[in-house]
Amino acid sequence: MIPIRSRILDVGVRAVFHTFLLLSLFLLFRGHNQPGGGFSGGLVAGAAFVLLWVARGPAALRFLYVAPETIAASGLCVAVATGIASLFAGGQFLESGSAVVDVAVLGEVKFFSVLAFDIGVYLVVLGFVTVALQRLGTDLPDDPSAS
Amino acid sequence: MVAATAPIAYRFLGRYALLWCASAPLAAFVWLLTQTPGVLDGHPVAESLEWLPQLGLDVGLRLDAFALLMALLVTGIGVLVFVYAYGYFEDHEEPALTSFTAWLTLFAGSMLGLVLADEVFTLFVFWELTSITSFFLIGFHHEQGSARGAARQAFLVTGLGGLALLGGLVLLAQEAGTTSISEIVTAPPATNGIVVAGLVLLLVGAFTKSAQAPFHFWLPSAMVAPTPVSGYLHSATMVKAGIYLIARFAPAFADVGIWRPLVLTVGLVTMTLGALRALFAHDLKQLLAFSTISQLGFLTVLFGAGSPELAEAACLMLLAHAIAKAALFMVVGVIDHQAHTRDLRALSGLGRRLPALAVVATIAAGSMAGVGPFIGFIGKEQAFNGLLDAHFDGSIAVLAVVVVASCLTFAYALRFLWGAFATKSNVDAGHHRVGSEVARPNVLFVAPAAVLGGACLLFGLAPGTVEHLIAQATRAIQADAVTHTLSVVPHLGTAFGLSLVVITSGVVLFAWRHALDRLRRRTPRLPSSAGGYEVAIRGLNRVADRVTGFVQHGSLPVYISVVLLTFIVAPGSVLLVRNTLADDVAFVATPMQAAVGALIVGAAIAAAISRRRFAAVIALGAVGYGIAVMWVLEGAPDLAIAQLLVETLSVVVFVLVLRRLPSHFKAPHRGQVARLVLAGLVGTMMTGFVLVSTGARVVPPISNELVERSLEDGGGRNVVNVILVDFRGYDTLGEITVLVVAGLGIASLVLAGRARRGRSDERTRDAEMVEDDQLEGAP
Repeated sequence: MIPIRSRILDVGVRAVFHTFLLLSLFLLFRGHNQPGGGFSGGLVAGAAFVLLWVARGPAALRFLYVAPETIAASGLCVAVATGIASLFAGGQFLESGSAVVDVAVLGEVKFFSVLAFDIGVYLVVLGFVTVALQRLGTDLPDDPSAS
Repeated sequence: MVAATAPIAYRFLGRYALLWCASAPLAAFVWLLTQTPGVLDGHPVAESLEWLPQLGLDVGLRLDAFALLMALLVTGIGVLVFVYAYGYFEDHEEPALTSFTAWLTLFAGSMLGLVLADEVFTLFVFWELTSITSFFLIGFHHEQGSARGAARQAFLVTGLGGLALLGGLVLLAQEAGTTSISEIVTAPPATNGIVVAGLVLLLVGAFTKSAQAPFHFWLPSAMVAPTPVSGYLHSATMVKAGIYLIARFAPAFADVGIWRPLVLTVGLVTMTLGALRALFAHDLKQLLAFSTISQLGFLTVLFGAGSPELAEAACLMLLAHAIAKAALFMVVGVIDHQAHTRDLRALSGLGRRLPALAVVATIAAGSMAGVGPFIGFIGKEQAFNGLLDAHFDGSIAVLAVVVVASCLTFAYALRFLWGAFATKSNVDAGHHRVGSEVARPNVLFVAPAAVLGGACLLFGLAPGTVEHLIAQATRAIQADAVTHTLSVVPHLGTAFGLSLVVITSGVVLFAWRHALDRLRRRTPRLPSSAGGYEVAIRGLNRVADRVTGFVQHGSLPVYISVVLLTFIVAPGSVLLVRNTLADDVAFVATPMQAAVGALIVGAAIAAAISRRRFAAVIALGAVGYGIAVMWVLEGAPDLAIAQLLVETLSVVVFVLVLRRLPSHFKAPHRGQVARLVLAGLVGTMMTGFVLVSTGARVVPPISNELVERSLEDGGGRNVVNVILVDFRGYDTLGEITVLVVAGLGIASLVLAGRARRGRSDERTRDAEMVEDDQLEGAP
């Protein structure tokens, strides 16, 4: 049961893939004040890859550029590093802080340390979804692309 | 910190990385020296870092004179050991050396932390860290079974001791009402059963770490470690951790309950036993290992007695033993490296070939045996004097045993020198004679041992150099301790007489070594504690096998049934007892709810009765989406988003897995009715549970407060997100960790399956069919 790879599906997915990724980032960054957050964002990004996987098969994961495990692990590292950073900033482990930074185009943007933590969550979730895709999706004995 | 850089440094510096890492203990050593005047004037340096203030846990460090003595030993010998390791290892051992260097540096750091710790939990953490690093260092030759076994043995023994220690420290800290060691010791809690139990546990920890009988057996096994490790961890520093602990607690608790009898008995038995075993060892390193055990026993006696007369002698012996034993281990390492054997039955004529090494060894062995003019002599003299002056019960009996053990010590020191360096006329049959033709070692290889040998001599000839340090260290552990002016010129008296007795009988014992050897062969072997360890480990494995076989028999339906049954029985019985339903339950609030509810129920029924797996999964997905719609209706967009996405992805994952399974469920079979009953019970139970639990609230919900604080403390308007990443950050961190682990689990399970398949391609189909049959049982 290899998914049927059709031209139409491929073009269609290509059209929405980047939109999905943008949407996931949108969810991630708005999460602090509106519905969304790292968890939902990560899931949407994962769903983008699932779509791509449906259209292209295992080759879809090449768009990740790094191993899914690495993504998950680096997400965990980011989250822990955020916690430790707040130790150095004189707070408790994982205590949140904020800073207002003047960004060129967007004007003043308020950054929260929890955003970094949320990015960690995002990466972990994305990594998990893609790990599952890669491991469960690519090694069928009758799948020609399996190595 | 430097340990982290070690692997990188190794890549660039090769073997020189060892020298780079020597800079860490060197820096610490120099820093300690700069602190010395202040500390010796009675101003301990203390530092405290908040760790978990909610639990009242701090990282407390305190540098008083006794800690300074230990820390100087740890760092000073540490520097020398790194230099020595540089000469000991060959370049071709590179890959293993990278981690070795890191572990050794990490050990030096942990050991330093241990002696500086003033807070019981800090102490425990460092204590365990030394056990762990020791495990990796003993297992350096991890390709050898014996090294792995020895590492595991050492780790289990010291690790279990560590747990006992933790228990003891917790009990003592609870009773004393403080976690600071210096405060516990200055104001010891009143004696009661809990304090005694705490002390016994603490002693068990100390005994395992310091290789006291009956836990001594791990130390000789640990000698499979490279010699720098043996010299550093297993003679000079780590094994002193237990002694250190005893030294800290003895003055305050020596009169409590069974402390003194227990410590003195264990110490004396260890001292004698170790010395006897050392007298008969053929391997030079084993000889030193047993000698270390014996000397540790001696230190346990001296410190453990907690007597003001003995404290100074104990500190002196601590210093003397660490220096001398590290030097001796280094000498053995050189011999091993150059002659490729440590068997004293094979070595002959080495003294003439390597005279400098022989001189160093003689000084160190002399110091260990307690002859002048070395530091060990002064220490032993003080010890005899102290025991003569001490007035706790049985001090004279203790003295007698100590003298006997000292005779043995003298004899095996002689045997060590003779065995390593003498030119023997008749090398035992069956041993290839090694000695006169060995290559001369590198200067840098011998220099560390020579420095330590020089220290034995210097401190012996001019004890004034260390007198102030020793006196202050003594007072740091025991304020009322008696301190003396140290001198190498013997004071003519009983103690000197005893020294002479020791030397004479030591020589006699050595001369009669063949007769003694024959005598030993005729005496039956006592049951050894190492044997006990073996039995215990085997028994544990058997029990673990059985338990695993019983609990994990591999049937998924049974696992699920057990989980569900537990769910029914445990909370279900509570439900039966208090069945007050929530009073304002509206079963259907809006028409939309009814519609979505009907959809969910319909999809659930479809999932249950579907014969095709694929259809069942889609139906399950529909249930999930229905619930997501429910969230939207109830005004919980965050939950709805998450639910929708999770549902989508789990359907995808299900489909991925389904590709490996037959497309249809098997025809109904016998278990069906039981499953129906179980499912019905769980459904009923869940409904009842929801109804009752919504009515069971007695305190106002926490959500109000969270909503209020969200914008103010968390700085966000999305309460759910603020809770996730801020208020409950720890939880989320734990959850994503689980997620990562689960991901890695999937990866490795599939990889393992693939490897198995790759190995038996022709059996693939059969194997898959078997797997299918097994999975088929899953509902």
